[in-house]
Amino acid sequence: MPGYLRFENVTRRFGSFTAVDRVSLEIEKGEVFSLLGPSGCGKTTLLRMAAGFDVPDEGRIFLDGVDITRLPPDQRPVNTVFQSYALFPHLSIRENIAFGPKLSKRSPAEIRSEVERMLELVDLTAHADKKPAQLSGGQKQRVAIARALVNKPKVLLLDEPLAALDLKLRQRLLVELDAIHDEVGITFIYVTHDQGEAMSISDRIAVMNKGVVEQIGKPAEIYEAPRTSFVAAFIGDTNFLDGKITSRIGERFSKCAIHGIGEIIIDNDKPTSPGDLVHLSLRPEKIIVSRNRPELRENENSVPGVIEDIIYFGSHTRLWVRCGGWRICAETQHRTYQLDDTPLNWGDTIHLRWHANDGYLLEQYREEDESLLTLPDET
Amino acid sequence: MKPSRIPLVTTGIVLAFFYLPIAALVAKSFNSSRFSPEWKGFTLKWYERLFERDDILAALVNSLKVALIAASASMLLGTCAAFALHRYKSRLQDAHRMMVNVPLVLPDILMGMSLLLLFIAAGVSLSLATVTIAHITFCLSYVTLVVLARLQDFDPNIVEAARDLGATRLQAFVKITLPILFPGILAGGLLAFTLSIDDYVVTFFVKGPGSDTLPTLVYSMIKKSKELPVINALSTLMLLFTFLLVFASQRLTRPVNR
Ligand SMILES: Nc1ncnc2c1ncn2[C@@H]1O[C@H](COP(=O)(O)OP(=O)(O)O)[C@@H](O)[C@H]1O
Ligand SMILES: [Mg+2]
Repeated sequence: MPGYLRFENVTRRFGSFTAVDRVSLEIEKGEVFSLLGPSGCGKTTLLRMAAGFDVPDEGRIFLDGVDITRLPPDQRPVNTVFQSYALFPHLSIRENIAFGPKLSKRSPAEIRSEVERMLELVDLTAHADKKPAQLSGGQKQRVAIARALVNKPKVLLLDEPLAALDLKLRQRLLVELDAIHDEVGITFIYVTHDQGEAMSISDRIAVMNKGVVEQIGKPAEIYEAPRTSFVAAFIGDTNFLDGKITSRIGERFSKCAIHGIGEIIIDNDKPTSPGDLVHLSLRPEKIIVSRNRPELRENENSVPGVIEDIIYFGSHTRLWVRCGGWRICAETQHRTYQLDDTPLNWGDTIHLRWHANDGYLLEQYREEDESLLTLPDET
Repeated sequence: MKPSRIPLVTTGIVLAFFYLPIAALVAKSFNSSRFSPEWKGFTLKWYERLFERDDILAALVNSLKVALIAASASMLLGTCAAFALHRYKSRLQDAHRMMVNVPLVLPDILMGMSLLLLFIAAGVSLSLATVTIAHITFCLSYVTLVVLARLQDFDPNIVEAARDLGATRLQAFVKITLPILFPGILAGGLLAFTLSIDDYVVTFFVKGPGSDTLPTLVYSMIKKSKELPVINALSTLMLLFTFLLVFASQRLTRPVNR
């Protein structure tokens, strides 16, 4: 079955700059679908084409089987929540929400009850007669959501709806937004540059970089099985190791030589053969740290190293460990009372252990572009 | 620490500087002495005299006509120009922007001269119509800049939001853009009105016979000093009116979000 909202090879250029490059997406009815990527990667441009504020140079957009590529915004059953809220400053909250319904051919009584229901949904009944300027950021955001939802759009587009709010409020509104989605069951497209937001609210995520979709998948798939080094680095933290496949161990595993560390066992997440150069991603929390050389079970790796940095976070601690030429980050969870232990210290030699399964094989590369990992800019 | 007295003192000096002459004028308009500056008792006779003079009334009507038409026309044209300047970015628009700014600094005498030359060259006979056209010319820039300032702190997403919610281009303009901009447009119009009603220099060049406005008439009356107290009375009334206008326009130009 084709997607409910479908982007087919959509391209948008501004002069010689390609903001959105041959993007194809299939978004299912009722899901929360996130567009995730660093600032400037083309998320807003893509969303604006779905809303009708912008038209693709190439490609087409379908909604519920209808080609909407060139339909003006007022004729699309789609509504937008803007990052700047874009509330009408001269109208009260109630009039803001009633703006869409009043333009439709619905009866006044019906409009009134719909607007009241929406005010209740976003918990703003007490503020209905205020002007937008009298509300806090979080309240304005809720008005923007209500103003869009009251039109019962087929798809709700949200462009970084929480970016302007502080962290605590952001977390609370995210939960509220999730509850609203459960209640109305409308398809959401959620644009954000915050991987935490995307992971927690989405059914599926498309990770974008420089106008291109790098990977589409469920949050866990994207985190556990990133298709590219960009995705691995953008979603959560990870260690990258470069190595060369030396031999195979049965169907699933291979041996891989890492310069300065030696041979480790890796999972064949992608088809490889001896001699291939590969990038490997190893998440900090997948590494088990011990003072003594651990007993290895089948297909486990152990690497000794010296602690260079320690940061204590309360619930966990991060260690930066020097192993040969590599600086590897490992995370220890504190599931039990910590003060009784003899703590780890700078300069201690420890052992890092992980199962071949817990590393993830990224793209191969050729000798000549050895250092060309595509990583997000430091933020 | 004791608060500094400097702000108080400067404020006092500034106020005195502006308002002492005005106070003198207002006082004189109620002084029954015709020539001497000393106080000879309260009187309203200059006001009575004022209302008996048909030429002053006619000039006042002329001034109001010109100011109203010039203000309305420059509100309309200025708003259009502001939209064009705001929406389109090009070389031509850069030139447009510069040309809008120039009349603000152009000496009135130059503008009056050039308009006069133009009217003569075009064979247009001077009348109240030429005065009106001249006033529109210099009011336009002010209105354009006031509206443009308003447009520039206007979130373009607001119009898109209206379209998104089902409004056509026209509906979005009428229901959203215009109401939000209206205070700015009106403030520009008020400014134009005040500029037009007290213009002397430009009017002097382009007025025809019988098309005196209040400022040009007052100037010719000053030459006959017999009439001075009547002019004081007239000025006092105009002062009152101006204060009301300034008060109104300040209320209108307050930012949208307050
Ligand atoms: N109207 C426009 N004209 C020129 N360049 C634009 C325009 N809109 C967006 N861009 C460029 O396209 C790129 C992607 O922008 P955008 O979609 O807003 O990114 P994001 O929302 O992911 O931060 C940016 O580099 C931006 O400068
Ligand atoms: Mg954006």
